Amino acid sequence: MGTYLCPRSVTEALDALSLGLAEGRPRVIVAGATDHYPARVGRVLDEDILDISGLAESRLIRPLDGGWLIPALATWTDLATAPLPPLFAGLQAAARTIGGLQIQNRATVIGNLCNASPAADGTPNLLALDAVVVLASSRGERRIPVAEFVTGNRTTVRAADELVSGVRVEGSVDGDAGTRSTFLKLGSRAYLVISIAMVAVVLARDSTGRVKKARVAVGACSAVAQRLGTLEQALAGLPAQPGLGNAVRPEHLAALSPIGDVRGSATYRREAAETLVRRALEELVA
Amino acid sequence: MTAWISFTVNGSAVDLELDPMRRLSDVLRDDLGLIGTKIGCNAGDCGACTVRLDGRQVCACLVPAAQAAGADVRTVEGLARPGVVGSPLEFDDLAALQQAFLAAGAAQCGICTPGMLMAADELLERSPVPARPEIEDALGGVLCRCTGYQKIVEAVVAAAVAAEAPVRAERDPAAGGAVGARLPKVDGIARVSGTAVFGSDARPDRMLAVRAVRSPHARARFTIGDLGPLFNRHPGLVRVLTAADVPGQNRYGIYATGKDQPVLAEGEVRHRGEAVCALVADEAVLETIDDAEVPIHWEPLQPLADMTAARAEGAPRLHDHAPGNVLISGRVARGDLTQLTDGAAIAGAAATAAVEIETGFVEHAYIEPEAGYARRIGERIELFVSTQTPYMDRDEVALILGIAPADVRIVPSACGGGFGGKLDLSVHPLIATAAWLLDRPVRAVWSRPESMAASPKRHPARIRASASAGADGRLIGLRFHGDFDTGAYASWGPTVANRVPVHAMGPYAVPNVLATSRAIHTNNPPAGAFRGFGVPQAALAHEALMDDLATQLGIDLLEIRQRNALRAGSITATGQILHASAGLPGCLDALRPHWTRLRADAAAWNAEAAGRRDPRRRGVGLGAMWYGIGNTSMTNPSTLELGIGRDGVPTLYSGAVDIGQGASTVMVQIAADALGVPAATIQLVSGDTDRTADAGKSSASRQTFVSGNAARLAGDDLRRQILQLAEVAGEATIELGPGRAIVIEPNGAPVVINLAELPLVPAHDAAAAAVLVGRGFYDPKTTPLDADGQGDPYETYAFGAQIAMVEVDLELGTTRVIQIVAAHDVGRAINPTQVEGQIHGGIAQGIGFALMEEYIPGRTENLHDYLIPTIGDAPDIVCLLIEDEEPAGPYGAKGVGEPALVPTAPAILGAIRDATGVRITRLPATPDRVRAAIRAQAG
Repeated sequence: MGTYLCPRSVTEALDALSLGLAEGRPRVIVAGATDHYPARVGRVLDEDILDISGLAESRLIRPLDGGWLIPALATWTDLATAPLPPLFAGLQAAARTIGGLQIQNRATVIGNLCNASPAADGTPNLLALDAVVVLASSRGERRIPVAEFVTGNRTTVRAADELVSGVRVEGSVDGDAGTRSTFLKLGSRAYLVISIAMVAVVLARDSTGRVKKARVAVGACSAVAQRLGTLEQALAGLPAQPGLGNAVRPEHLAALSPIGDVRGSATYRREAAETLVRRALEELVA
Repeated sequence: MTAWISFTVNGSAVDLELDPMRRLSDVLRDDLGLIGTKIGCNAGDCGACTVRLDGRQVCACLVPAAQAAGADVRTVEGLARPGVVGSPLEFDDLAALQQAFLAAGAAQCGICTPGMLMAADELLERSPVPARPEIEDALGGVLCRCTGYQKIVEAVVAAAVAAEAPVRAERDPAAGGAVGARLPKVDGIARVSGTAVFGSDARPDRMLAVRAVRSPHARARFTIGDLGPLFNRHPGLVRVLTAADVPGQNRYGIYATGKDQPVLAEGEVRHRGEAVCALVADEAVLETIDDAEVPIHWEPLQPLADMTAARAEGAPRLHDHAPGNVLISGRVARGDLTQLTDGAAIAGAAATAAVEIETGFVEHAYIEPEAGYARRIGERIELFVSTQTPYMDRDEVALILGIAPADVRIVPSACGGGFGGKLDLSVHPLIATAAWLLDRPVRAVWSRPESMAASPKRHPARIRASASAGADGRLIGLRFHGDFDTGAYASWGPTVANRVPVHAMGPYAVPNVLATSRAIHTNNPPAGAFRGFGVPQAALAHEALMDDLATQLGIDLLEIRQRNALRAGSITATGQILHASAGLPGCLDALRPHWTRLRADAAAWNAEAAGRRDPRRRGVGLGAMWYGIGNTSMTNPSTLELGIGRDGVPTLYSGAVDIGQGASTVMVQIAADALGVPAATIQLVSGDTDRTADAGKSSASRQTFVSGNAARLAGDDLRRQILQLAEVAGEATIELGPGRAIVIEPNGAPVVINLAELPLVPAHDAAAAAVLVGRGFYDPKTTPLDADGQGDPYETYAFGAQIAMVEVDLELGTTRVIQIVAAHDVGRAINPTQVEGQIHGGIAQGIGFALMEEYIPGRTENLHDYLIPTIGDAPDIVCLLIEDEEPAGPYGAKGVGEPALVPTAPAILGAIRDATGVRITRLPATPDRVRAAIRAQAG
């Protein structure tokens, strides 16, 4: 049996992380624990735990410095039920597709990101939102774009003495009237399903009804969810009206490197991702 | 480290010293004795452990105990009004939601029920009158493997309106009115209140736990090194069992000739997950030992990964008794076999069709993993286990311990789903061996990965079949060959060789038939019994052939089935004449209006979809089936007793184990009507081998027909004895009261029998203290099959047909089942609610088989990679019960447990074909397979 700490303050938490690292026993961070236990079925539980669920920090997703903050302990249910502008519609849609309600009530948005599963439903949305991860440690704070935060299957740049204190999303508090977002998830059943592929799109239009900016991200089709940069460039300036999906070309998905597994073949994933991207775009301009 | 943690559970404060990271589910169950919270996976995949934490539904298995500190925890035990202390809960004590579950038949095995109830409880508080999508969202995180979810939704709806319309259940039909009544399950209150004791719910004093160390290799030789260091590192480790410790024979298996599976492997393993040795210790100690610490030296060998490898020249022989790795072959031949040459023109044939089908392993995925404990009592052993077959377990355990069967007692726990998977031994050999050697109670609870790695599966099949028909659509000949991967050990493999060829031509009259099958050993998990014993796989072939022939001939798909349907007077491919109760024509007639309607609906919907450039298309398909009730050409008797004590209480001693399907309720209903007393007056003793006579297995859809007959005969016998004592005959009614039986003849004076004056008579249960015992024995009339498979393999057959309407996304290959209309000839529905429940549940499993389920050893050993249908995948189901009475059945009844699953997948595949034009021949029809087929068709 390992040791267990449940600090009230962030400072205390960061000190514990530093100490664990110094002693060669880095602490495992637990919040909702919904990824923690499933990874340990049939295994001996002897890690040192830092339970951050007791931090006296707000779980409220709230405006901050002209943008938005998703704090460390915000759950998917908190997100799904928060009054947020259309910018977050995609992320909120993802919140409703993660596990079942039992998981949504406990799992945190940040935990999903830190667990860094290739099939994490939150990550493509955070990519499409151009979100920035705020990392705190006794050494100070640093901010890393989500695109640089997740480095591979189950790996991130988070150091063992760092805590992700939140994720920041830039965007006006009132919500940009022309900005919309969506999320499409493909799975083999209705609930409790790990994505075969998923797509998140944030789309802003200008006053002339053209695409001002599109951000498109695809998950479960590479070790790390990917933004489709060439597609985003191709979309800029196009009329934001039905038919926008036709702009999608197979080469726009070249950055993806899907694998074949029990959920679907690589070929299928690539094709399905393209279909989902097209549909997501059409949905946003319908 | 431990910490003191305080919280409230169901309103009561608790204060416990705990490991802060202990799962809340373990705390509730082990420390607080609240066994109503169930554990199905420990991974948040099944939702059986759903409780409310500060009002919100959560998986208790994912909550660190420390995070419950200060919280308000609500479990299933908190729903009912506390009953009178010391007496069982009554219907009226239950919450409206629980009453609704009971009345609707929403709880079958009951293992998911507490989770469903807590999720629904949260919903109803939030949304007092929820719409169906809301119900699905709220219950989407709880898996049910029995009910198909429809009755759960109905129950939640009923509970929502309970304030205006109190939940009613047909709880108390009068004498003679039980058969045909929608009686709630006789064991239902326990299942909706969390008090039913399942395999892992009992924790005997002084108990130890045993855990097998299992092979990570599919085929390997191994040696076990010096265990000294392991014992030194873990002083609490009591014993490490190896093959040499097995007291009797280190071999078990279903068939007397097929005892080929070792309790613990002897130097060589034949499948991933095979037990190599076993650790025995206190449960807390066992949790600290990593399997990797056990010094096992592995020498991996090239495994036979599939049937092709197993049949290849030079392939190693896995068992001496199986040359070429063929365990057994089956054959049914009838008529002119020259008319069956594959693909060649056949005299009189206007159409020929051929198909090849391939299926994978399917996992039972009951939500209750295997569990139980054993204790030694002198020179006897007693096992409390989750099982479908107590008497076979008794005999197998006796062989393993080297003791007489009479010295083994099997006490079945509440069974949290079986579906065939709990017909094999699971925890039994190791708990029995450890308890026998150590003389302490020993318990085992399989984890979900262990359950999936070590339990038997549905056989993967590779089938080639062809058929020909005349211009009128009538079948001329059918050729079928199926190879079935029976894995490393025989288990129930022989059944696929005898049951499959008998059913391979489908429920049709075919004059010329050659049906052959083989069960082939590989280094895969043993494939055993699973709802249908190979018939669901075979049905994929015969139904595809019927669709093809109809299409070629321009005959309606339902019509061609109607023209060929077996009916009373037909001769089957085994030469059996069906004298009665062959109700397929009735099923097809009942489906016809739905067939017409759904096809028109689909066509209209598709026309509109095409107009709006919607990539989805709807399609409608049809599947038909038949299924022989009971064992194939083998004796499979049941004996039941119905006794009356001096207190005047009738007790039914039934060995027919209720695995959720409702056997206990059916037996009580039948016995009550036979005796002529209200069902509610009958007490039930179920399954205990010391107290009930052998009623065979809860398998092969046999309990209602075989044990039901025994229940009726027991009731008849007891009634006859009572009337004899009263010296009256015929139409008299019987009233039982304290110490007396009153017999009343029409227009006659009541005759009172003073039961207290009668001497005790012997019963199977030595402690029965009965003064009258009625006995019923029934063994279905069958004959052996000859070398051509000719004979009467079953006394009766169930028939059925289903229509599926699906919607396929042509671009993504995803399939959604929208509606199933199911018509089943059940002879007589003893309990229509339960019959519908079996049909719903069979359909849900058929949907899983068709669309999403495939077990891959080492890759899908959990319930998030191995997918079974959720509440959102369950379609609207319309049940049409066809009651073509079986003269040999109890009150005309046959079985329904397996039949409902058989036609579902063929109907779905037909519907996919109707929607897309592509035929899927490799199951499951996952989105990538469907999409690949659509692409291939488009060129």
